[in-house]
Amino acid sequence: MIDIPGRAVTPAGALRRRDFLRVGASSLLGLTLADWLRLEARGEVREAKAKSVIQLWMNGGPPHTDTFDPKPAAGDDYAGPFKKALPTNVPGIQVGELLPLLAQQADKYSILRGMTHPSNGHETATYIMQTGTLPSGDLVYPAVGAVVAYKREEAGYKGVLPPYITVTSPLGRFSEAGFLGSQYQPFATGGDPNAKDFRVGGLVPAQGVTAERLQERRSLLQAIDSFARGMDKDGQFQAMDAFQQKAYSLILGDAKKAFDLAEEKDDLRDRYGRTPFGQSCLLARRLVAAGVPFVTVHSGGWDTHKQHFERMREMLPVLDKGMAALLADLAATGLLESTIVVWGGEFGRTPKIQLDPPWNGGRDHFSTAFSCVVAGGGFKGGQVVGATDTRGEKVKERPVYPWDLSGSLYQLLGIDPHGRLPHPHGCVAYVTPVAGGDVASGGLLTEIM
Amino acid sequence: MVLGLIALAMGAWGLAAPVAAEEAKPPKPAATPVAPAKPSDSAKPSDPAKPSDPAKSPAAPATGGQATSATLVPAPAKAPTAPTGGQATSATLIPPARIALAATVHYAADIAPILDRYGCNAVQCHGAATGKGGLRLSLFGAYSDEDYAAITREAAGRRINRVEPARSLLVVKATGGEGHTGGKRIEPGSPEAARLTAWIAEGASWRDDKAPRLVSIKVAPETLTLRKGESGNVTVKAAWSDGHEKDVTADARYQVSEPGLAEVVAGKVQARECGETAVVVSYLRRAAVLRVAVPQTLPGPFPAAAGATKIDELVLAHLKELGIPPSGPCTDEEFVRRVHLDVIGLLPTPEETRAFLADKDGGKRAKLVDRLLARDEFADCWALKWGDLLRIKSEYPINLWPNAVQAYYHWVREGLVRNKPYNQFATELLTATGSNFTEPPANYARAIPKRDPQTLAEATALVFMGARIGCARCHAHPTEDWTLDDDLGLAAFFAKVQYKNTQQWKEEVVWLNPDATFRHPRTRQTIAPKLLGGPVVEVGRDEDPRRKFAAWLTAPDNPWFARAIVNRIWFWLLGRGIVHEPDDMRPTNPPTNPELLAYLERELVGHGYDLKHIYRLILNSQTYQRSSKTDPLNVRDVAHFSHYPVRRIEAEALLDAIGQVTETTEEFSSRIPEPYTRMPKGFRAEQLPDGSIGTPFLELFGRPPRDTPYEEDRCDLATMRQALHMVNSSHLEGKVAGSARLQRLLKSEKSDAEIIEEIYLAALARAPTDAERTKVLEYVGKDKKARAQAVQDVLWAVLNTKEFLCNH
Repeated sequence: MIDIPGRAVTPAGALRRRDFLRVGASSLLGLTLADWLRLEARGEVREAKAKSVIQLWMNGGPPHTDTFDPKPAAGDDYAGPFKKALPTNVPGIQVGELLPLLAQQADKYSILRGMTHPSNGHETATYIMQTGTLPSGDLVYPAVGAVVAYKREEAGYKGVLPPYITVTSPLGRFSEAGFLGSQYQPFATGGDPNAKDFRVGGLVPAQGVTAERLQERRSLLQAIDSFARGMDKDGQFQAMDAFQQKAYSLILGDAKKAFDLAEEKDDLRDRYGRTPFGQSCLLARRLVAAGVPFVTVHSGGWDTHKQHFERMREMLPVLDKGMAALLADLAATGLLESTIVVWGGEFGRTPKIQLDPPWNGGRDHFSTAFSCVVAGGGFKGGQVVGATDTRGEKVKERPVYPWDLSGSLYQLLGIDPHGRLPHPHGCVAYVTPVAGGDVASGGLLTEIM
Repeated sequence: MVLGLIALAMGAWGLAAPVAAEEAKPPKPAATPVAPAKPSDSAKPSDPAKPSDPAKSPAAPATGGQATSATLVPAPAKAPTAPTGGQATSATLIPPARIALAATVHYAADIAPILDRYGCNAVQCHGAATGKGGLRLSLFGAYSDEDYAAITREAAGRRINRVEPARSLLVVKATGGEGHTGGKRIEPGSPEAARLTAWIAEGASWRDDKAPRLVSIKVAPETLTLRKGESGNVTVKAAWSDGHEKDVTADARYQVSEPGLAEVVAGKVQARECGETAVVVSYLRRAAVLRVAVPQTLPGPFPAAAGATKIDELVLAHLKELGIPPSGPCTDEEFVRRVHLDVIGLLPTPEETRAFLADKDGGKRAKLVDRLLARDEFADCWALKWGDLLRIKSEYPINLWPNAVQAYYHWVREGLVRNKPYNQFATELLTATGSNFTEPPANYARAIPKRDPQTLAEATALVFMGARIGCARCHAHPTEDWTLDDDLGLAAFFAKVQYKNTQQWKEEVVWLNPDATFRHPRTRQTIAPKLLGGPVVEVGRDEDPRRKFAAWLTAPDNPWFARAIVNRIWFWLLGRGIVHEPDDMRPTNPPTNPELLAYLERELVGHGYDLKHIYRLILNSQTYQRSSKTDPLNVRDVAHFSHYPVRRIEAEALLDAIGQVTETTEEFSSRIPEPYTRMPKGFRAEQLPDGSIGTPFLELFGRPPRDTPYEEDRCDLATMRQALHMVNSSHLEGKVAGSARLQRLLKSEKSDAEIIEEIYLAALARAPTDAERTKVLEYVGKDKKARAQAVQDVLWAVLNTKEFLCNH
């Protein structure tokens, strides 16, 4: 079978643009099925270590010099009030002084201090970090989560829960599904997991509709939905019916219990912290335990141009508590081996504090050098990859580009980093740009894989 | 002496030893910028001195170009080959007899087709962006001079063995030996293997310079009509510049557009299913199109339908040819709902429906069409469509900015309200300059993800010509003979467009720099503006090259402009273009009904580019007004318009329809940039000006993100989360429970039956059937106390029926 560019059109004229034409006849281009399978086999990746990913996304850009790449000796106008760096339970590694709990978990994660990419704009940088590609004039690429959802579905994902979930709102900076199409948008839970009446819209019967009423409605609908019976020729209607059945099983079944935080013990919930972020981390862990391949915990408010240190004093302890609890919990429940945790934002923040008005002590966007953290799922813990200079302003050794990070994630998930995505116009799109073009690359994170 | 030694050594290893001077000298490898002639074997008279290696690299590295970027690291370090020019010393190693023979087998004419035909340069193999096994060939064999260099000179020339040609790596690997990952491509004893060997034996000649150039290929017959299961034969003849022809049937490549329908092997066509397909026949970068029609055998005569309009005559003639009987006309109920949705994006109100159904006037459908075309909402609906095409979006990656978006959108909408002629519309957009706030059409040059002439030219070609010239940026187009030079030539028309900011926040001025030129991204040579498939255009320093382009584009005899838009309108109204897809128009993607397309084209040009005229023609045709019900004889037809295609209603229209039926409103907002934008209450989704303003519902139901102008970005396929939303979202539940219409109806004295009829009329433009009425009345009447709830359930159920969700 060979893929050639073409237009695969379903009979109603609706486009199934993401199918290449598949030609069984070997005569067309001279490659027999056997040849093709053999070629495919060469691209096969060793078996996957990780089953899921929890992405802790710090929207706005978290400061690297105040978190995982502390530079306490850089001086007042760099370190500000945070002049101490905490030793961790791994000798030789230090983290920022406001992350004491994470300091005790350093054996579980590795810090990538050499992250770098060229854009300081929120949207572009978010795009770059989320998709692991540089912006191209022609296509909008899907985020890593959408790619994972797509690849998992191709591999036969049978779970009832959506494969790509965002806790709690989508990023909003760009279309996460990219050219894969809107069905790969993340399912956003909405709401506040820390609230007592947290309900995930769409999964729990809407207010005022009991499960019985839902069933009654279902039978009524079945009785009057006769339109398609004469004319289902293209599978569209069958698909709609199938999805409807699946929706009912999701709403009326047990799978949605994964979203019910009340099932967790109170002291565990306390350990994560009774904050939206903390409870979101707990929710993410539950979802991953239920088999969801990709969960993004969307934490906002990190764009601290002003009042940076005040905000850090509020936000870092929350981060510390939630993330440390997450790592400990995953390890305790045996999920850490098969779950990748990746922490980061679209960029870091300027090591040099902006003291003049209107910032008066803030940090600006900084993509030249920043930090990400990875843990679990095949990543070794307790290491540092890459280093920045004494101030944290330039990558001194071992740069890590966004596609190096995403490529490593894919590799551990069993997705070939040199593999392909279904180009909407029948051309070729690669999972990471390393396969297709000349981009600088520090290589996959083999040091910790 | 040293050179002699090197040559000697190389000769001993069978490396690319230079041979006698009689042989045609091959062009140097990719390193040098200018080479003797155009790469592909066929000369193009219009561009004499073009750089020979048009582009391994597309634009500047900033593209990051992942999609098969032929941006490549320069070819792997070549072994320092001895300078050519025939050092006589090496010739002593080769039997004198070989030198004396003039080469008869040449790369360009004889070897390149083999590599093409047997998939050597396919994207999975050596045509991949980084090649395979160290050998990289150009995709689709477009740059055969580079391929020649790769095969004969790269890797220290060890791919060919001039001393023992049969042991050349090229031959050995192609015939399946020596660990070739691609396996056996060619049978060892076959003529192709012999040809490869002979070519090398004769010294691996590049091209016979004296040989004539390939001009075109022709397939005969051009249309083949077969019964299902039958087979037929075509011959492909290639014509050369000196007049001689050669039969290349066995060497050509055949690509069937509907593979299940027919198979073609070396000219033998086997028909498998009924229908029609195009087969692209290509040979050495020349292509021809073969149509294979496999008519259905009808049990009786083709229904004698009187074609009401010219459109119908043409469509019926085509259907008759293929033996596909058309469906009957749609009912009035179906028509009133369909035409309202298609023309103004709204459902007909129950009053409008009742009035239309009761009207006894024979010409009421035509009058309805006229009324709808004159309504304000027409401009809303179609400004939305144009917003998709023109990418009117304030945020990433288009970054127009909200104020500019508002100005741009209103300008487009005004044009629709006043029914501006299409050629004027296009010209104004293409040639506008000025501030993005005060000169709205100037935003045309800004609404692209990357501000460079190439991207602008490609977007222009896509929107106004329906041509995907952008494919040629990274590699030659798969079937058309469009190369990077065509892409760059078009880009040169937009070379003078530049941007500058003013002191006002986010204001940007589009201006023309008379001295700006467009340079080849790699060789840095200046590119002159050149029309696609046309000549280089002279543009003076003070002239706006875009005007010349616009003049060419909107000329009455331009083969792209009118064709693209009438095909697009047909696609918008009938779900599939006469050329499909509507933004993939090229000679090798022929229209299913060329006469119909030509007719519509003439009509547009002949009526002063009045788009509404085309709408009127189509909407008043029987073809548009056919029922969507099929019978077994036409159920599989997707491309020939034997019946109306059922499609799910588009996201914006669907949301508005739900709002109409429930009589509720929606809130639209944009969360970026700050301060957040909120549209006023009562705003409809169809009126949304900005691709960045919306609600999650719209994205869920396939609203295009407006990042690119492709029609397919709007996705009407069903997804799991859509089902979840319709079954159980608080959004829909809020609309049902809070429905003003229901509250009104429940408060009134109306009976159950009357309420139900109202719901059906509002949502489905028809009264319930008897069976439906019985079932629903039974449901509502079950519990008198829970009447309100039951009626809500009925409303919910109706909104969830496929009939409501689809346009049929």
